[in-house]
Amino acid sequence: MDLGGLWYWLLAGMLIVYVVLDGFDLGAGAVMALVARDERERSLVLRSLGPVWDGNEVWLLAAGGVLVLAFPRVYAAAFSGFYLPLMLVLWLLTFRALAIELHHHLGSTVWLPLFELAFAAASSVLALVLGAALGNVVRGVDADGQGHFFLPLFTDFSARPPLGILDWYTLLAGLTALVALGRHGAFWLNWKTGGPVQARAQGLARGLEPVLIVLALLLTAATAFVQPMALQAMELHPGCMVFPALACAGLWLSHAALKRGAELRAWTGSAFFLAGLLGCAAAGLYPTLLPSVVPGQSLTVANSASADYTLATGLIWWLPAMALAALYFTILYRSLPRKFRD
Amino acid sequence: MSPETLHRFQFAFTITYHYLFPQLSMGLALLIVALKTRERFWGDAEAGKAAEFWTKIFGINFAFGVVTGIPMEFQFGTNWSRFSEAAGGVVGSTLAQEGVFAFILESSFLGLLVYGRKRIGPTLHWFSAVAVCLGAWISGYFITVTNAWMQHPVGSHVAPGGIVLDSLGAVLLNPWELWSYPHVMLGACLTGATVMASVGAYYLLERRHEDQARLYLRLGVGAGLLAGLALAFPTGDGLARTLSQDQPAAFAGMEALFHTQSGAPLAIIGQPDVQRQSLDNPIELPHMLSFLTYRSWGAPVQGLDKIPTGQWPPDIPLLYYAYHMMVGLGTGLIALMGLAALALWTGRLWGQRWLLWLILLAAPFPYIANTCGWLTSETGRQPWIIYGLMRTDQAFSPQVSSGNVLFSLLGFLGLYSLLSLLFLALIGGSLKRGPGSDGHGA
Repeated sequence: MDLGGLWYWLLAGMLIVYVVLDGFDLGAGAVMALVARDERERSLVLRSLGPVWDGNEVWLLAAGGVLVLAFPRVYAAAFSGFYLPLMLVLWLLTFRALAIELHHHLGSTVWLPLFELAFAAASSVLALVLGAALGNVVRGVDADGQGHFFLPLFTDFSARPPLGILDWYTLLAGLTALVALGRHGAFWLNWKTGGPVQARAQGLARGLEPVLIVLALLLTAATAFVQPMALQAMELHPGCMVFPALACAGLWLSHAALKRGAELRAWTGSAFFLAGLLGCAAAGLYPTLLPSVVPGQSLTVANSASADYTLATGLIWWLPAMALAALYFTILYRSLPRKFRD
Repeated sequence: MSPETLHRFQFAFTITYHYLFPQLSMGLALLIVALKTRERFWGDAEAGKAAEFWTKIFGINFAFGVVTGIPMEFQFGTNWSRFSEAAGGVVGSTLAQEGVFAFILESSFLGLLVYGRKRIGPTLHWFSAVAVCLGAWISGYFITVTNAWMQHPVGSHVAPGGIVLDSLGAVLLNPWELWSYPHVMLGACLTGATVMASVGAYYLLERRHEDQARLYLRLGVGAGLLAGLALAFPTGDGLARTLSQDQPAAFAGMEALFHTQSGAPLAIIGQPDVQRQSLDNPIELPHMLSFLTYRSWGAPVQGLDKIPTGQWPPDIPLLYYAYHMMVGLGTGLIALMGLAALALWTGRLWGQRWLLWLILLAAPFPYIANTCGWLTSETGRQPWIIYGLMRTDQAFSPQVSSGNVLFSLLGFLGLYSLLSLLFLALIGGSLKRGPGSDGHGA
């Protein structure tokens, strides 16, 4: 594998870390209304995220920076091509962050429900949008010879040209993401809270399991239909089967650990499941970063990676930076209380 | 409006608004480290109480910095795709390093600093303050070094597929950064120090929290005076002289020097008239510009007449006013801090209500001066986005139409108006409750 290929996987790795970490914040927000019934319980959910959400979200920025570094053409084409949905993501991220950070600062209880609503709604929509975004990348866009495209928000929902950002396939991906992250968030609350919130989170994680299995199978079948390249890649490189295997193992681990009350292990199983699922997407597309329905116009590692000097010097600082990040996160997560109390 | 105008206006608006928050964060972070250090190693309980109060303000301010900062990284791609595509191999290097070295450090330890006071030991808590400060200052380094490359592109060359990085070392040690980084960071310190002193003056005038107020004033006035002096000399002086060599058009535009002349005067006030190429109603210090630029009273200084009009900064009056407002406000703040320091030294500050009033009212001015500084730097570079290599009108996203940009611009205007109200309510509430009020532990 060349340097560009290596950066493809480093970038995929950073995005997986982002989804595993920020995924539980978003998921906890999406399920808050189901697991927390009164003000005190909702405040408990929010407080369990207070010290960690910012560090989690930053992985999106770090991964974005690495995308600019390694594949500037893809960053330029994708960010301008998905202009409106990205602006909506920015505004939702703003609402979510302010709701978590500031709900306890206003000193008046009148505003609390508003902050909680903003938090729950923004988190749910963000989970859905992130899934739909991944769906768009897997399905592909209609990039021209320069890699330029500009997709409308929706057309006829057919997943065939004329393409739109929302169609049945990307909505299915979004729904799968919402359920997968909601379950991931429930595992966090099961691990880090106690009392009725924990009990309801446990029940919800259990209840979402069959839904998630059905959605994941549907999404796999739909992906084979919408993006045949993905399955071909799996056949071509049997080593990639490690990702579906990881997803299945993660699902089983979370199921078994939940039964035995092993809270951290259940959350870890859910993390493996998410990593496996995203790994499947990365392996199915490799070495393409942004497929195009126009033949020969896909953005790939070969036609969009930065020059070797940029990629090689990047490795020199990237590796120690990741080691430091692992150290900071260990310190942070070890300093959290075993259970947040209200 | 043309797409270019809208793309530029949206970026200018969102970055100007964003930078109101990091300038306080970066300055305040250092002052909080000073307070935490006094608490941890000298056992000063008053400093500990102050650190706790300012950490609360810092936490609110930081959250606004994060939410307004994320759009900046997105907009390089959404609105400036041709710039990102051409220059991503260079600016991606520095932006990615900002992410992995600065943001991750800052945000993980902020969680401990804000929520961990009762949970983690005093040494780890002190270290969290240091780590947050370090993260903020590393972040400042990488973002100003990215800007330094756009002002003075070194360590790279233009190839058919885009701009290729030749030496990461040369980019990270850009001579432009030598003056611009300390100048920007000292500007942030001036904001942090002025705000702290201003809150101290407010409490003294109110006759509440008086011990805390005196501490804020001592620290704020001391740090503010040092930062203000170092902003003028050597960093401001060094940056201006770098500019006179590397960007003569920007330099002449800042001074509204239309004609090359020996023994050029320094304009204090006056209104540039670009059509007639003159400065109206000038009040000038004779020979001063020649002396400041070349350390010689008679040295010739290049005017705009030596530069083809196509390479003039397109908005010379804006550039001129931004620069003069920065210098004027900076000078005023140094004078105020100097006066306050003198009053502190002679033990008379606490009773001088007029001086406390002046300090209270000074709070907005370092923000304006910092904003004007960046405005000078960015409008002076025009018409280039990367000086000498890429023009701004060649850099925006071609497939994003004016209608789409106006949609997002209106969205940002509305959202940021809401954020402003929220910020003022939150900070106002914190100041009203004051230091020592119960925090919120995990």
